Amino acid sequence: MTNVIPTSQRSSGTGLRTLAEKVWDKHLVTKGEDGTPDLIYIDLHLLHEVTSPQAFDGLRLAERTLRRPDLTIATEDHNTPTLDIDKPIADLTSRTQIETLRRNCAEYGVRLHSLGDIEQGIVHVVGPQLGLTQPGITVVCGDSHTSTHGAFGAMALGIGTSEVEHVMATQTLPLNPFKTMAITVNGTLRTGVTAKDIILAVIARIGTGGGAGYVLEYRGEAIRALSMEGRMTICNMSIEAGARAGMVAPDQTTYDYLEGRAHAPRGADWDAAVAYWQTLATDEGASYDAEVIIDANKLEPFVTWGTNPGQGVSLSGSVPNPADIVDANERSAAERALEYMDLEAGTPMKEIRVDTVFLGSCTNSRVEDLRAAAEIIKGKTIAAGLRMMVVPGSARVRIEAEAEGLDQIFLDFGAEWRFAGCSMCLGMNPDQLEPGERCASTSNRNFEGRQGKGGRTHLVSPLVAAATAIRGTLSSPWDLVQDGDQ
Amino acid sequence: MQKFTTVTGVAVPLRRSNVDTDQIIPAVYLKRVTRTGFEDALFAAWRQDPDFVINKKEYQGARVLIAGADFGIGSSREHAVWALRDYGFDVVLSPRFGDIFRGNSGKQGLLAGQISEADAETLWNLVEADPGIELTVDLVGKTVRVGDLTVNFEIDDYTRWRLLEGLDDIGLTLRDEARINEFEATRESWLPQTLPARSPESMY
Ligand code: SF4
Repeated sequence: MTNVIPTSQRSSGTGLRTLAEKVWDKHLVTKGEDGTPDLIYIDLHLLHEVTSPQAFDGLRLAERTLRRPDLTIATEDHNTPTLDIDKPIADLTSRTQIETLRRNCAEYGVRLHSLGDIEQGIVHVVGPQLGLTQPGITVVCGDSHTSTHGAFGAMALGIGTSEVEHVMATQTLPLNPFKTMAITVNGTLRTGVTAKDIILAVIARIGTGGGAGYVLEYRGEAIRALSMEGRMTICNMSIEAGARAGMVAPDQTTYDYLEGRAHAPRGADWDAAVAYWQTLATDEGASYDAEVIIDANKLEPFVTWGTNPGQGVSLSGSVPNPADIVDANERSAAERALEYMDLEAGTPMKEIRVDTVFLGSCTNSRVEDLRAAAEIIKGKTIAAGLRMMVVPGSARVRIEAEAEGLDQIFLDFGAEWRFAGCSMCLGMNPDQLEPGERCASTSNRNFEGRQGKGGRTHLVSPLVAAATAIRGTLSSPWDLVQDGDQ
Repeated sequence: MQKFTTVTGVAVPLRRSNVDTDQIIPAVYLKRVTRTGFEDALFAAWRQDPDFVINKKEYQGARVLIAGADFGIGSSREHAVWALRDYGFDVVLSPRFGDIFRGNSGKQGLLAGQISEADAETLWNLVEADPGIELTVDLVGKTVRVGDLTVNFEIDDYTRWRLLEGLDDIGLTLRDEARINEFEATRESWLPQTLPARSPESMY
């Protein structure tokens, strides 16, 4: 994309390295020669029921063992229902995948958090919550949103099923070198503007292919000011810009989040770990292959109008006119998107009425996200005819939220309070949109049919989700202030 | 993975180009949880037609598929290779392959050999004139022999070497297992471990 400006030269020869290069170098088992990939050691392997069965089966067929069960952990998330979780799963394919995971984990000695377990939940919520996701480690999972874990300064890569098998057998992966891109977010976010708006604006700027081949490093004042939850939201969607991974250098915010978590280092180990973590930040003077600069001061709540995450606009804007798009491919994609979304060019985004609001997914389902939304809706009533589903990212998030009374706020408002899982993020479990149903969703993909066949998705932040649930049309907390009922 | 040297067997002439992975294995079969048993899924839509070439009795037990140009284009599903292997194919010959499909083939012990358009035509004609005739694919010499005829096929040196050695990706990496052991021995003790499981409640 034209918006990605290649910087002069990678800092080769200077000895100065970026965060991503440091983590990579630290995990180099063998350096590739003559165009063969590097062999990289994997510190943490996360499994779920969809991409692991055939990997286990491959292992079994080749009579290989799981090399490091102690660096492997599994959870059930994609197929699990968020209601009646004590009943057998109705859908046969879903049930088979879950049962297969349970059998495989028992056979190979893998720690599994099943439906009903306090640590069960979306795989990308569970790893950080347990303190397993740590700065400077390598993390893989057979899931594209593994990039989430990069928020800790880890190199976190989504992989395919055959790579899952490869990591199971060898605890390594052959990987090709990457390019680096700095996403520098200067300034300060205004109240009502969140991490989700930053990443939606980044993707709209560089396009869904703009990050291809790159590891993105988010830096700058506005990133430093974000909580770990906000950083996870941003890294989570790196993949939607086509990037291989997204990272944020660890700092005090990171250490504070980790300290005291179940699997965080303790005592002398903690000190040794922090000493290593402090070496990870990109060296002063190290250069990137490309850089994108964003001004946080100017950002507004951002929403998507189309069928890929790059088709977004400020909430104060309007549905674009495809005729104004220069690039022929993008123009026809926009035309198709408007037809699918049933939108007219020029319609103000704020006039778009939605049927459903979904607050959940590995992008925005942590306690902080739920808390932020609850604060907006507290004491209000849901818009007539609208349904809102609130789905915590993990069983533990659900319990924490309930301890704070958030569940009651959502229930009083008129929303549904569900059990943890991927839920309506993807049409793989019972939570789906009906054909033609329009949804404001805090998830990460607005592809055709992603939330159910024929469903129409607008990607939004938790704050926009909450304000939209009150007003019935795409809205932000700013609109509530204007309504005079803040 | 078995070492690959030569294969002698019946060849199926598939006179179609642009055969994408969705035609090789339709999406409905991707829901399965096993790595094997995809033989019924191969060309499932086309096989409903009794006259489809693979259904003919002369071609039962075939090991070589001779396809038109751009075989294996489309979505990257590895199942396409599994289905061909499970059905019994060891070799696919085509004037051009989808890149990802070709990469996946080498990893799963399926030889994807590139032949010229003219040779594809010649082989189709030969096989159709004498259905069930066996041909021999020789990976060492990179040739296809049928009767008196010999044609050459192309395959990159790296993939050829892997097939000759019978190395899948994991086998390839495990040749460096000593290096992995050495690396592991240097890992810091405080790096995260999933086992034994700890929970916040049991921490202190
Ligand atoms: S919540 Fe959505 S994006 Fe995240 S892991 Fe589940 S299905 Fe994937």
